[in-house]
Amino acid sequence: MSRDDTMLPGRRRFLVATVTAGAGLTLGMCLGGCSREDKESAQAGPGKTGNRIISDAAFEPNAFVRITPDDRVTVIVKHLEMGQGTYTGIATLVAEELDAGWSQVDVEGAPADAARYNNLFWGKLQGTGGSTAIANSYEQMRKAGAAARAMLVAAAAKQWRVPPEEITVRDGVLRHAAKGIQASFGELAELAAQQPVPEDVFLKEPGEFRLIGTRVARKDSRAKVDGTAVFTQDMKLPGMLTALVAHPPRFGARVRSFDAVAARAVAGVHDVVEIPSGVAVLGKDFWSASKGRDALQVDWDESAAFMSGSDELMAQYQALADKPGKVARSEGDVSAALGSAAKTLRTSIAFPYLAHAALEPMNCVMQRSEGGVEIWNGEQYQTPDQNAVAKVFGIGPEKVKINMLYAGGSFGRRANPASDYVLETAHIVKAIGGKAPVKLVWTREDDMRAGYYRPMYYHRLEAGLDADGNPVAWQHRIVGQSIIADTAFEGALVKDGVDVTSVEGAANMPYAIPNIHVDLHSPQVPVPVQWWRSVGSTHTAFAVETFIDRLAAAAGRDPLALRRALLQDHPRHLGVMELAAENAGWGTPMAAGRGRGIAVHESFNTYVAQVAEVTVHDNKRFTVDRVVIAVDCGVAVNPDVIRAQMEGGMGFGLSAALSSALTLDAGRVVQSNFHDYLVVRLDQMPRVEVHIVKSAQPPTGVGEPATPVIAPAVANALSNATGQHFDHLPLTLSA
Amino acid sequence: MIELTINGTVQQLDVDPDIPLLWAIRDVVGLTGTKYGCGIAQCGACTVHLDGQSVRACVTPVSAVAGKSITTIEGLDTIVGTTVQETWEKLDVVQCGYCQSGQIMSAVALLSKNPQPSDEDINAAMAGNICRCHTYVRIRAAVKEASQALHPGRSQS
Ligand code: FES
Ligand code: FES
Repeated sequence: MSRDDTMLPGRRRFLVATVTAGAGLTLGMCLGGCSREDKESAQAGPGKTGNRIISDAAFEPNAFVRITPDDRVTVIVKHLEMGQGTYTGIATLVAEELDAGWSQVDVEGAPADAARYNNLFWGKLQGTGGSTAIANSYEQMRKAGAAARAMLVAAAAKQWRVPPEEITVRDGVLRHAAKGIQASFGELAELAAQQPVPEDVFLKEPGEFRLIGTRVARKDSRAKVDGTAVFTQDMKLPGMLTALVAHPPRFGARVRSFDAVAARAVAGVHDVVEIPSGVAVLGKDFWSASKGRDALQVDWDESAAFMSGSDELMAQYQALADKPGKVARSEGDVSAALGSAAKTLRTSIAFPYLAHAALEPMNCVMQRSEGGVEIWNGEQYQTPDQNAVAKVFGIGPEKVKINMLYAGGSFGRRANPASDYVLETAHIVKAIGGKAPVKLVWTREDDMRAGYYRPMYYHRLEAGLDADGNPVAWQHRIVGQSIIADTAFEGALVKDGVDVTSVEGAANMPYAIPNIHVDLHSPQVPVPVQWWRSVGSTHTAFAVETFIDRLAAAAGRDPLALRRALLQDHPRHLGVMELAAENAGWGTPMAAGRGRGIAVHESFNTYVAQVAEVTVHDNKRFTVDRVVIAVDCGVAVNPDVIRAQMEGGMGFGLSAALSSALTLDAGRVVQSNFHDYLVVRLDQMPRVEVHIVKSAQPPTGVGEPATPVIAPAVANALSNATGQHFDHLPLTLSA
Repeated sequence: MIELTINGTVQQLDVDPDIPLLWAIRDVVGLTGTKYGCGIAQCGACTVHLDGQSVRACVTPVSAVAGKSITTIEGLDTIVGTTVQETWEKLDVVQCGYCQSGQIMSAVALLSKNPQPSDEDINAAMAGNICRCHTYVRIRAAVKEASQALHPGRSQS
């Protein structure tokens, strides 16, 4: 067996003290005799894989690990599990350095407490997003595991009267080989809790990893295949009422008056209350609240409502694109280079609004508690939500207790900068005087029509090639709403009038072209918008990657060869591109009517290339048959979770590429449910292969980066098969 | 009062006869493994078995199933049912998990009547179940592997 324990020469030494400032290892805080409050706050909501009573002999070396005499190791995870595998990934990091056995590890969701559970990439803010969960936790969680391990070793050394260096740890058991003695974590838990908290810890070198880099089973699988996993939709509290809200039919409309007589007459309806976002009907269950809402009469004041439609908006965006925007990047002299180019090309692309359409529609459970409020939610944005709810009730944010449950998908939606649906719940609870716990339920139609979309965008690009077919000029103009304007992030993310999330993937596009100009218009439109899985890259990757293929075609060059030539300074782009191309058999002949396309894109510091193969069946119909994906996300913490995120993230982008679009007509959202907001189903899902680049770089996120790459890969494959080019999404072939 | 059998237990439900079976199961009986995703038979999250056939509980009025026998994800105890669940777990099919009760119920209904489905059979039986996490690659693989596990030796059609 065994690597020696605390003193392997190769192991790097990490000061525990460096992470204790306001976060990380709150070591010593809860040793031995934890106060009741500490135990309660360390205990999370039902979004957990284990469910046990914490005994008094529990060993809690820090805010992230608890070891109990029954040999269970509980990892308290500060990030939301919404499908991306974070409960598994974070637990892997702790278990690795603790040398725990994987099967003895349980997971709990952390409570809302930014002092201990903040996202280290987001300052004092607790929340999940931007594919940061593993990246920000990588060192922090390993240190948490290592500190716990050191205290267990110290306990064993004391009990056995041996030097700690002679003790080895493996799979939850400490051993002293020479004396032939051993003890389990559980047996040593109580004594470990009395050991001094280490001031520094040693972390393993990658070559010593036993769990990181291997396939370990997901921690949430069992509960999600037997129906016992608890989502917000499944919460039931004594006396709880279910609330449905009649939302305005157009954005910006308000309640003028309402008649609740018929609604109140519905059996099971308890109350009807006006709130800022509409009128809420509260019933004893979903069905009564739903019938009550159907019977409700609301007279809407639409004098300030948005009455326009997608077509009119797009026409305005096109007109705006005639004028220069705010500059996001400027190198060389694009106008001059275009003027002297041997050949110029232009394109424009229209992108629709998109709904997140997580399969669990938005919902939230809330009740007044003594002096405060308690929330049960697929909670992605603890700190902003705590602040927003606290304001409604005039209490301190620390009085807002949040239980983080499993989320039935999110794709960004549950981290809403305006805390929209959480705040809606708070207003309902307040309007009924806190007399009952409330479960807000949005129907699918509410979820589709009540807002917060990926914005509609219009892109216009122009490029020039020299006489040898080398790109010499690249001009890219983007028009679309800012998702950051009027949020708390405006100061940080809008620079010189440029919302960096609107141009990410375009302003930093990697191709070596001497003259580049990227600019942006951010028109103000009262349609609520928000980040959507992979954010700016959802549109910029398509624009850049399809236009590069156009340049290759115009220059008579192979799209892979042109990219290779222009990416010489970008080894990680090159690495994934070559890996995907090789495994896809790039360059081998395709049958008539078939096509192959490639795209490569970095987002959230993760590099993804995809090669798509398509078959064109007749004039307007095509299928995507096969997708080969290569990813470089640094150290692959859980290769199988990475594969799953590549498959699923690609599929999510494929839905937008093939069929999803949300449109407005005279201010009303046209689509309402999955019959007209179309998404990929099993019969449309291609065969998928995933290849992971071996890397020792620090791990980066995998939840989002596969999403933006598929639409351009498919478009390029269709161009390869048909010669057609695409000026809008979703993709359609012309006759 | 409407009488129906859920997972082998006879239940007397004091409900509005139009209440969809989904909401009777979730809010009245209190079994929450069966999910709401669309309410209009488009997503399959609410799939349950009615006398062995898969049905969308969100559009099935409870009055239409009076006296019948319903199985939900919590009551899957046939060999096909447990094999499908175990295979789902083995392949780590789930992501957010919200669709997966419905996916599993559809897969069990398929394999119960068609033990060795072709790709087309799988497409036809499973296309009614949306997964927004797009776990379809693994759903397809798990249906095939469960079929193999249930009928070892026989080759895939
Ligand atoms: S909830 Fe019944 S099919 Fe969607
Ligand atoms: S696993 Fe999330 S919807 Fe299917």
